[in-house]
Amino acid sequence: MVEWTEEERSFIQEIFSKIKYEDVGPKSLCRALIVYPWTQRYFAHFGNLYNEDAIMGNPEVARHGAVVLHGLDAAVKNMDNIKSNYAELGELHSEKLHVDPDNFKLMADCITVVIATQMRASFTPAMQAAWYKFLSVVVSALSRQYH
Amino acid sequence: MSLTAKDMSVVKALWGKISSKVDEIGAEALGRMLVVYPQTKTYFSHWSDLSPGSAQVKKHGKTIMGAVSDAVSKIDDLPAALSQLSELHAYKLRVDPANFKILAHNIIVVTAMLFPADFTPEVHVSLDKFLQNLAWCLAEKYR
Repeated sequence: MVEWTEEERSFIQEIFSKIKYEDVGPKSLCRALIVYPWTQRYFAHFGNLYNEDAIMGNPEVARHGAVVLHGLDAAVKNMDNIKSNYAELGELHSEKLHVDPDNFKLMADCITVVIATQMRASFTPAMQAAWYKFLSVVVSALSRQYH
Repeated sequence: MSLTAKDMSVVKALWGKISSKVDEIGAEALGRMLVVYPQTKTYFSHWSDLSPGSAQVKKHGKTIMGAVSDAVSKIDDLPAALSQLSELHAYKLRVDPANFKILAHNIIVVTAMLFPADFTPEVHVSLDKFLQNLAWCLAEKYR
């Protein structure tokens, strides 16, 4: 089981209290699709992803960005049981969506960068460490169902 | 994933904007890396103070970013620019190249924090590619 200090828990809660899903989600997904363009392979059905402007203006991308970020809700609400909470979503990504789990790390990095642009100096090294740990646990839980 | 002419001009333009804070970025990125990815501390067991903001961390962050800035100025021929540093890392320092990615991520996070308006996705992808190419050249002499 993952051990969380009180400080780590409060850092995670603080980050989630400060970010807007409808803002950070879309920005993170856009960034992933632009910075790591091979991730576009999973979104052929989103229409025009031809260039950066198209991606940033695409309403499907925006909508889905918020969905992905809300995917973290289960983890924030129950940090002591992330592994079991992501069994279903993990299976979905493996068996139905066929997403290479390496992409989860790329998405996690993009979410981190967007949060850094918004929180700036208040995103301290200790907070970044807690955030990285949190996302790593979620990524690990999502990746467990692959076989 | 080679650097296009656009990548090179984007990175140079970014450096124009951030050059006054390059030392700070280096110190902050290195300090963060040691906290967020504690396995990287293994390379600095000879230091007395590994905390963010320590004199040793600041000095070394400045050294690293000085080399990165130099690479920006020689972006047209990175292998040549990094040849000596590659030998240093291969034969003396022997840093596992996986760590170059980790430091690159932290340089990106700090740049995003300090220059949020300038660090658009377009700039992000070019900087990411540049740092990857730099890391590749740095590991060139490893084997």
